[in-house]
Order: sequence, then structure tokens, then C-alpha cells
Amino acid sequence: MIYLRLLLTFVKIGFFSFGGGYAMIPMIEREIEGHGWLNALEFFDIVAIAEMTPGPIAVNCATFVGYKTAGFLGGFAATLGVAIPSLVLILIISRYFFKFQDHPLNAAVFYGIRPVIAGLIATAAVFVSETAIFKGKLSINLISRLLRSPLDVLNLGSIFIFVISFIILKKTKFHPMLVISLSGALGILFFYVL
Amino acid sequence: MDKRVNMKLLTDIFITFFKIGSFTFGGGYAMIPLIEREVITNKGWIEDEEEIIDVFAVSESIPGAIAINSSTFVGYKIAGRKGAIAAMFGVVLPSFIIITLIAAFFSKFQDNEVVKATFMGIRSAVVALILMAAINVGKKAIKDKFSAAISATTVILVLVADIHAIFAIIGGVLAGLIIYFTSPKRLAHIKGKGGEDN
Repeated sequence: MIYLRLLLTFVKIGFFSFGGGYAMIPMIEREIEGHGWLNALEFFDIVAIAEMTPGPIAVNCATFVGYKTAGFLGGFAATLGVAIPSLVLILIISRYFFKFQDHPLNAAVFYGIRPVIAGLIATAAVFVSETAIFKGKLSINLISRLLRSPLDVLNLGSIFIFVISFIILKKTKFHPMLVISLSGALGILFFYVL
Repeated sequence: MDKRVNMKLLTDIFITFFKIGSFTFGGGYAMIPLIEREVITNKGWIEDEEEIIDVFAVSESIPGAIAINSSTFVGYKIAGRKGAIAAMFGVVLPSFIIITLIAAFFSKFQDNEVVKATFMGIRSAVVALILMAAINVGKKAIKDKFSAAISATTVILVLVADIHAIFAIIGGVLAGLIIYFTSPKRLAHIKGKGGEDN
């Protein structure tokens, strides 16, 4: 049955992908091509839409692939599938996590992991900036072009929105959701109207 | 009585994560400021910011989408197993609704110029959101030269050498273990500091 196959395929993807939603994309692609559900071009569009719409990119991809393959229930099965591994793993882990929370070994391990997470978040900021603030991937080449002619590589509208957002987040108590809504409106102003 | 209060809390968790899911763009880390605002500041469900960092540390270390892992974990922290389920459905449902509508009615969604412009604007703000998260988490995580070195190494290895996040995490675990087994003095220092550090 197609719904069951969608469900199980996305359970598998959820269980075997490390590194979050972006890391799942190649795996989803392999699976849907293996099953012959969608072609590469259709999948390319799905990833583009998954990135542009709110919500975790993995869920967006799963829902879309499921819907395109087998309609509403297909979307439902795939969405459930991609979420189930998270639920199962978290339920298992949290039982032990809270049990050993005060163990010194736990303190030492988290002392080591926390700065890694800080670093990973910083690199995530860089990766997103490559698709908004900079016109291209950060590289030696891009940096040298940046020094020669900044306007060729920098997206001024984006920089403005970035700076405004950062100031609001840092200096005011406005809700981050408000900042996101405002940035969308400014995006229409800068990149569509003007 | 007890059951009703419980149901109310679960509904509240569901709605909160529905809101968070509706405003998550650009990957799980952009959620951190949203979770902090809703779960710590607004609801007071979790008191310590450090707990949120550990939630993300666990979420990144296991398979699955970071956004779902972290929401489910926070839900568990607030209200156990049922809380985890409420948070998971909450964070997933907006995606399901929006994508189903787009797939059914707007086949050329991604080519629409207004959509593209909106998204470009949002992505610019997402950089600020993630940067804020990096600063806040960094403040809590970097306590001395050793942890600062771990952060710097992570950034360099991921950006320059393109290593996978999971190997950076394993590296962090090893660094922690090395301290545990070789430097009891530093370990006592870490424990002594607890969450009271700035």
C-alpha cells in the first residue's frame, strides 16, 4: 500500500539522517528516485518551496513529496513518518537524560558539546547569509571581490533588513515573530516594489 | 480537576509550538530565539537558558530534523510524554497545512515574484535571528579559553574543511571526556560554576 510505503520510507529517512533537515534532502532524493515517485526536476521544485515556506524543511519536503505521490493521505503518512523517529528517540533519550543529569560525566560532556553547538549555530548564520546578504558562497574569491568592489557581492537591501532586525532583536523586547513579519514586508518593498 | 488542568497545559503547549512552527524559517537554529521568547519569557515553562542549549545539543546529536527533535524535547521537559506529543504535533501541523494547500492550489508558488521577494526579506532577518542565537548560546557555553577554543575550532572545521556537524559534536564529547578523565581540577571548576556563570 502506497501510504504505508510512504510512512515507512520517511521513518527510515528520519532515523538515518544526522545533522538536521538539510542533511535529509539528499536522502529523500535517493529514496523517491529509487521508488520512482517523482523525478529530479519535480523534487528540485519541492526543495525550493520547502525552503520558502514556514516550518521545518524536512517536514515541508515530506508533506510535499507525500502529497504529490499519493494525495492528501500520502502527505499525512509522509509527515507522520518523518516525525515519528524524533518522538521515539526523544522519549527514549529523555528518560536517561534526566536520570544522569547530575552525574559529573554528564557535566563534562555537555561542557564539551555546548561550545560546539555555539560554533555550529554561528556557521548556520554564515550559510544563510550566503543566500541573502552575500551574492554567493563565502570563499577567498568572494572575500577578495568584496574588498575590491563590495557592491558587486553585497545585497544592500538584505543588509539593511539584517541590520534593522538585529538591532530590534538586541535592543527591544519586540517578539521575534514580529521581526520576521516585518522583514517579509520589507522584502516586498525592496525586492519587488522598488 | 487535575485532568482538566493537564488538558489545558497540553493545549497551551500545542498552540505555542504551532505558533513557533508557523514562524520557523531557515532551519532549526532560527527557532532558538522563538523558543526562548515563548517558552522561557512568556510562559516560564523553562527557567534556565542553559537547558535550551542542552536541548539543542541533544537534538543535533541524534538523527532527525533539529526543529522537531528540539520541540519534542522541550515538550517533554514541560509535561512529560504527553507534552512531547503535543509539541511535536504543534510544530509539524503548520507545515502540513501550508504545504498541502500549496501542493493542491499553487503549483508555481516558488516562481511568484512577491513570494520570492518576501522570502528574500525573511532570509535576511533569519541571519540576524541565528546570529542572536549564536551570541546568546556562546555567552552561556564559552566559559574559559578551552571552551572558546572548541567553538573556534568548530567554526573553522565546518566552514573551511566542510566537516559534518555530527563529527564536530563527537569532537565536543571527546573534549568533555578528556577533561573528565585527565583534569579533575577543571571538572570541579565546571561543576562548581553550574549555571551561575555569565
